[in-house]
Amino acid sequence: MKSRASFLFIVLSLLLMALFIVDLAAGAADIPLLHVWAALTGGDCPAVTAKIVLDIRLVKAVVALTAGMALSVSGLQMQTLFRNPLAGPYVLGISAGASLGVAFVVLAGVASSLGIVGAAWAGAATVLAVIAAVGRRIKDIMVILILGMMFSSGVGAVVQILQYLSNEDSLKAFVIWTMGSLGDVTAVQLAVLVPSVAAGLVLAVFSVKSLNLLLFGEEYAVTMGLDLKRSRTLLFVSTTLLAGSVTAFCGPVGFIGLAMPHVARMLFRSADHKVLLPAAALVGAAVLLLCDIVSKTLVLPVNAITALLGIPIVVWVVLRNKML
Amino acid sequence: MIRLHSFSIGYGDRLLLENAEAVFGAGSLTALIGRNGTGKSTLLRAMAGLNRSYGGRIDVGGRDMRGMNAPALARTLAFVTTERTRIANLSCGEVVALGRAPYTDWIGRLRPQDREVVAKSLALVGMQDYAARTMDSMSDGECQRIMIARALAQATPVILLDEPTSFLDIPNRYGLCSLLARLAHDEGKCIVYSTHELDIALSLSDNVALIDSPRLHCMPAAEMEGSGYIGRLFKTSGI
Repeated sequence: MKSRASFLFIVLSLLLMALFIVDLAAGAADIPLLHVWAALTGGDCPAVTAKIVLDIRLVKAVVALTAGMALSVSGLQMQTLFRNPLAGPYVLGISAGASLGVAFVVLAGVASSLGIVGAAWAGAATVLAVIAAVGRRIKDIMVILILGMMFSSGVGAVVQILQYLSNEDSLKAFVIWTMGSLGDVTAVQLAVLVPSVAAGLVLAVFSVKSLNLLLFGEEYAVTMGLDLKRSRTLLFVSTTLLAGSVTAFCGPVGFIGLAMPHVARMLFRSADHKVLLPAAALVGAAVLLLCDIVSKTLVLPVNAITALLGIPIVVWVVLRNKML
Repeated sequence: MIRLHSFSIGYGDRLLLENAEAVFGAGSLTALIGRNGTGKSTLLRAMAGLNRSYGGRIDVGGRDMRGMNAPALARTLAFVTTERTRIANLSCGEVVALGRAPYTDWIGRLRPQDREVVAKSLALVGMQDYAARTMDSMSDGECQRIMIARALAQATPVILLDEPTSFLDIPNRYGLCSLLARLAHDEGKCIVYSTHELDIALSLSDNVALIDSPRLHCMPAAEMEGSGYIGRLFKTSGI
């Protein structure tokens, strides 16, 4: 069992590295893998190639890697916390909150000084604040799940109204944001995205023991010594840092957070979060890199690819094991 | 080990128990009986620290429960609920190992002594051969034993069980309750379980606590049998 996990971790890490290199090679300009390697290691290759690889594609590949990890880990946290295999990073309304923030900037032209990223952040953080405040008073986690979903729908309706009232150009800009993109992040923005996600991941590691106890539900977890309020807050903050940051910079990227934790469970045949957390991070990063490669090759929005790839996985999971 | 002192609990206007007094001692098995909806689960959940809106006080191991936080309580008291818990990919050994949570470090790593406790707990319920198996391929009785082993691994002086026999067939019910009696007597645990099985409650338990809302009668099983409380409470009128 132990050796199987170690073997899988090694294979996944190698696969991740390979996908990372291929992602640098894929794109509008064809760059041979050897040149990519040369550019990365400071070897001999055309100056233009080095510029494309290091200045443009490297940022995008790092974004894909970071976003894949963040969404997958956040999805794992939510699935365990809500004991629901169909929960994902967005169940708490984080993407709805981010959408509302962006809608205000793009569609209504309010607070445009914030910029899209800032607005999405503010929206996601507001949602977290509301959920955390409500969550301290509500005992039943299912009520929080329902509130999160209702909140998302309500916010969605407001966004629709804004869309209906806005002009064509801003509507298009907004719709493109909702399709998700890994390519619009600048190197400067990356310096914000990576530390935010890293902080979220550190908090996620500290939530491993809580998550294992929560497998049996909150009541069992409490009788085994879990400080429920503290754990919930830790998980909410961690998931907002992970999913909220990614959504702010890349738009709502679907299905990675929902489907990849299941792939991790199936590959590693484990329910222990000491294994599942790194596994979900690796699988999420590898698959989002793969989606990015496909989306660049076909010149399609990445959200369409993650959905096309994610839906069969979710359907398969639901049909295969009805239990989490 | 557990003492209820002028204990009252209820829902809204409905009072389930009022000014109840009871002592559940170490090394004894107590069956909690009563009609449906009279508060067996409510009382157990309050004793497990899951429902803190009660009147009076509950002392656990000589300390007022209100002053104890979750980690402290988890070292004193383990709880087995009615919930059926079968988590895919989680082996029985891992389930029982989670019972060590109050003693392990921040990430829940098992020390050698924790592994010993897990093995011993599995052996006590006769499930030592199941450590590597997962619960999705096991019977209800076997799962129940694993959850009890998990409670044993918590190494608490008190174990509370909410209707542990409800999904089991008759031989398994007797088997489980004999196991609980053995654990109480040999391991010196204070065990309280709720049940609908009057026969089992009276024949295998040391004490019987009977909820006759809003009163709680608690006495040795033999005394309870002769007291007439049971006949009066469970007499069904109109048949």
